Amino acid sequence: MSDRLTVAKTYKLYIGGKFPRSESGRSYPVADAKGTFLANAAQGSRKDARDAVAAARKAFDAWSGATAYNRGQVLYRVAEVLEGRREQFISEVATSEGVPAKKAQSLVDTAIDRWVWYAGWTDKIAAVLGSSNPVAGPYFSFSTPEPTGVVAVLAPQQSSLLGLVSVIAPVIASGNTCVVITSQDRPLPAITLSEVLATSDVPGGVVNIITGRTAEIAPWLASHADVNALDLTGAPDSLRADLERAAAGTVKRVLRTKPNEDFTATPDMSRLRAYLETKTVWHPMGV
Amino acid sequence: MWEYAPAPESRDIANLKPSYKMFVDGKFVEGTGEPLKTVNPATEEVLAEVSTASQSDVDTAVKAARKAYDRVWSKMPGSERAKYIYRIARQIQERGRELAVLESLDNGKPIKESRDVDVPTAASHFFYHAGWADKLGYAGYGPDPQPLGVAGQVIPWNFPLLMAAWKIAPALACGNTVVLKPAETTPLTALVLADVIQQCDLPPGVVNIIPGAGDVGAALVGHEDVNKVAFTGSTDVGKVIQGRLAGTSKKLTLELGGKAANIVFDDAPLDQAVEGIVNGIFFNQGHVCCAGSRLLVQESIADELVEKLHARVSTLRVGDPLDKNTDVGAINSREQLTRIKELTESGDAEGAQRWTSSCPLPDKGFFFAPTVFSNVSQAMRIAREEIFGPVLSVLTFRTPEEAVAKANNTPYGLSAGIWTEKGSRILWMAQRMRAGVVWSNTFNRFDPTAPFGGYQESGFGREGGRTGLEAYLDV
Amino acid sequence: MAAPTTPPSALADAVRDESSLRRFLHGLPGVDQVGVEQRAAGLGTRSIKKASKLHAIDLAISMVDLTTLEGADTAGKVRGLAAKAKRPDPERPDVPPVAAVCVYPDMVATAAKELQGTGINVASVATAFPSGRSTLDIKLADTRFAVREGASEVDMVIDRGAFLSGRYGQVFEEIVKVKEACGDAHLKVILETGELVTYDNVRRASWLALLAGGDFIKTSTGKVQPAATLPVTHVMLQAVRDWKAQTGELRGVKPAGGIRTTKDAIKYLVAVHEVAGPEWLDPHLFRFGASTLLNDLLMQRRTQLDGHYSGPDYVTVD
Repeated sequence: MSDRLTVAKTYKLYIGGKFPRSESGRSYPVADAKGTFLANAAQGSRKDARDAVAAARKAFDAWSGATAYNRGQVLYRVAEVLEGRREQFISEVATSEGVPAKKAQSLVDTAIDRWVWYAGWTDKIAAVLGSSNPVAGPYFSFSTPEPTGVVAVLAPQQSSLLGLVSVIAPVIASGNTCVVITSQDRPLPAITLSEVLATSDVPGGVVNIITGRTAEIAPWLASHADVNALDLTGAPDSLRADLERAAAGTVKRVLRTKPNEDFTATPDMSRLRAYLETKTVWHPMGV
Repeated sequence: MWEYAPAPESRDIANLKPSYKMFVDGKFVEGTGEPLKTVNPATEEVLAEVSTASQSDVDTAVKAARKAYDRVWSKMPGSERAKYIYRIARQIQERGRELAVLESLDNGKPIKESRDVDVPTAASHFFYHAGWADKLGYAGYGPDPQPLGVAGQVIPWNFPLLMAAWKIAPALACGNTVVLKPAETTPLTALVLADVIQQCDLPPGVVNIIPGAGDVGAALVGHEDVNKVAFTGSTDVGKVIQGRLAGTSKKLTLELGGKAANIVFDDAPLDQAVEGIVNGIFFNQGHVCCAGSRLLVQESIADELVEKLHARVSTLRVGDPLDKNTDVGAINSREQLTRIKELTESGDAEGAQRWTSSCPLPDKGFFFAPTVFSNVSQAMRIAREEIFGPVLSVLTFRTPEEAVAKANNTPYGLSAGIWTEKGSRILWMAQRMRAGVVWSNTFNRFDPTAPFGGYQESGFGREGGRTGLEAYLDV
Repeated sequence: MAAPTTPPSALADAVRDESSLRRFLHGLPGVDQVGVEQRAAGLGTRSIKKASKLHAIDLAISMVDLTTLEGADTAGKVRGLAAKAKRPDPERPDVPPVAAVCVYPDMVATAAKELQGTGINVASVATAFPSGRSTLDIKLADTRFAVREGASEVDMVIDRGAFLSGRYGQVFEEIVKVKEACGDAHLKVILETGELVTYDNVRRASWLALLAGGDFIKTSTGKVQPAATLPVTHVMLQAVRDWKAQTGELRGVKPAGGIRTTKDAIKYLVAVHEVAGPEWLDPHLFRFGASTLLNDLLMQRRTQLDGHYSGPDYVTVD
């Protein structure tokens, strides 16, 4: 039996629906939970972040303007494609997180189901969070939730797939687009997920994924004037206050999460609400 | 021969006192800060001396609020909280004339607005939120949503009583206690509201009102035992507060500035559009964060509309705020008047065409004649910066896409106006406006049932409606 | 279509044919009900100076078309009304006379005889008032009869049925022909706004009447509810204001029916002042079609001058 040499994958960034290397040309080694080298990942730079924000902004109009039904089908499609690559993800999660196969299997299954859960939300958000306002006058007034815009997401550092899915899906379910900085030390499932997104029907630019040093890139996103919201989930503790201060410069919506969020639990609507604006429309009623 | 009579409300109705104290732990007490003198902007006379809070007074007030929260308010059944809040609503109605006259004296806004808008809407906010107090489990935040604790609230001078109502009513309904700082130039109606609250027998410490300047606000929002901060005011200060709260667990909502586009299509109901434009920018002297300060008019009707607008604006009566015939009152402070003058001069310098109403202005007091700038381009300061005064900038557009692009071309996003008779176009436009409130074929309408608040740098969080409760619940 | 009297050149295209008329009327800016009603209510809160108030009352008196349009009208009733018109308050000779006495065609001769030489106009309703449901020939005969009997003003009704079914050309032509039949008499065109229902219709009918040569546009016959309202009058004042802006011509407005108190009348005058402009504060350009209003104006006038409230026994009931 001659050993066949496996074809190793090059892990790149995912920006605007394409897979570029970091413009900086940098990469960094990624190891498994035991410290064994797995692969080199692209080490994203502030310019990659800038390009990703531009891509997310460009994708925003079409994605937020798509029908909720359409977005629901796209998210469901992600679940379908993920299911098809289930084994690959189980292996990657087990390696990245150092968990037994059975645990990895459960994490991947939950991640798939999470897409399904959020897919079902897209066309219910407006009914649940919107309202018809019984104003005291001859006006028809209604309020409807709308996506905030471009969301910078600092993905959880520990939960490399389920956590990642749990922070991306609620952002895009309601029509936002996002720039995600992956877990710094466990980025590989995120890159594989981006291949899933690219081959589902998620339009390019809706989700942009950057691997690298969170502490290096996050400040640029926090202060970027064309970013509307910031999810601090995976932010290093030492940086959280600084990032929030930077976000205040353009009055970004900031999601401060509780530490050690349990992503295996069924979520509530709070992550959906975090990236929604309420728009109230008035019109007189007369003949 | 045709003259309108001065029809002033008697200032006696305001029961103006020579001095006012702050309200802490259910009692009116002297603050240990430097007392401030509040001025009638229409006459420049001092109305009253008002004691202000020092840092230690802020601490005392927060402690009182904490104690009231822990011992009384958070334990009280919602149905009982509701009855207190209903009481406040009723008392505001009962003392409506007093509050209206006092508001016009202290703020400079026309009595017809304080009487017909500020005071009744303040009452209706309490009335509306009272009903929520025992129904929070139905608000969509889970079966038993919990309050946050002590709310530190800082409000502006443009709607002194109404903003106090917007802040206090939902906070109390959700079970929080309150320390509120009214604006430095307009503390009086909030302190009469304190008197109302005292008369309603609200438990001591549930609502505390501490006058003072920005430093008092800073001490309040920075106080470590405050769980929730709500601020309405300028975007600059809002950013400072957001930065200040970074890294804390305090929940924050901000209602900040705006530079709203009021978009008029060529098929609009023109006469009502003119009314809406006038209401949009000259209501409350333009001291409105959601004022329609940028008129975007379709080129094909621009000349006709501007001509009608000039004719209509010429009929606006500027003067004594207490006169029932007054349409536009006094600018709230000399400082604000200076800023308005400075910005309008930049309009001249940048080549916009200034038209000013020829209405007579009073000899004293802070007044600014209604002003309309034509030939304004997006790049001018008067098209980008919030003037917060009776100054309208007129820009034109050719297509709906262009109108959307220009309307959204601002870091703000509080409100927008759309004027067209075509229903599908209204909905198309409304969907594309990046603004928290879209008034179509109307402008500047407010109701406690209708959520209000901004996109982008106009702030976050909503006030009013079911959505507004989120700001005061731990969800 | 019949040629209108003299269509102002700027608007000549509008009346070229039925379809251009329709295009013109439907091209007028819409009226938002809530907006116009709010504006009207807002203006209603204006208060005017005491000296101005007396002036306003006298002005309102001089604008009254003192009206009796009852099946029970008799020569005696009309003579009484004419006497009241000449000297509204017998004890106060400084009270101005009213603008006109308005009667049915068969009462015109009586009124004309009583008012001869007084400068007070005799107005007659005509054209199968109040419904207007007759043939054009009869409407024209009605008009000619009234004018022949001595009416210097004719208050015609438009064919609301034709208007509501979109036959604007027919309405237009009828007005043009009635105007011809009026000769030198002034023509007031009653839109019967209570049957037109929407403000958009009021605006279109106002323009239609102005295009066809009506000297005045009038709200109502008084026989249909609602009759005159402030917001309807508002829309009509906007029409004459815009007409002047486009043609330079001054046309009048007459709210009729339902205006009973001095307070109401002054609200209308405030609207005239602020919506159309001060030059419309003139009996040649603004009238009140009313019967009971006059006595309230007289009572309020006494109150203003005497410093105490007056009572109905101090003004004459005719």
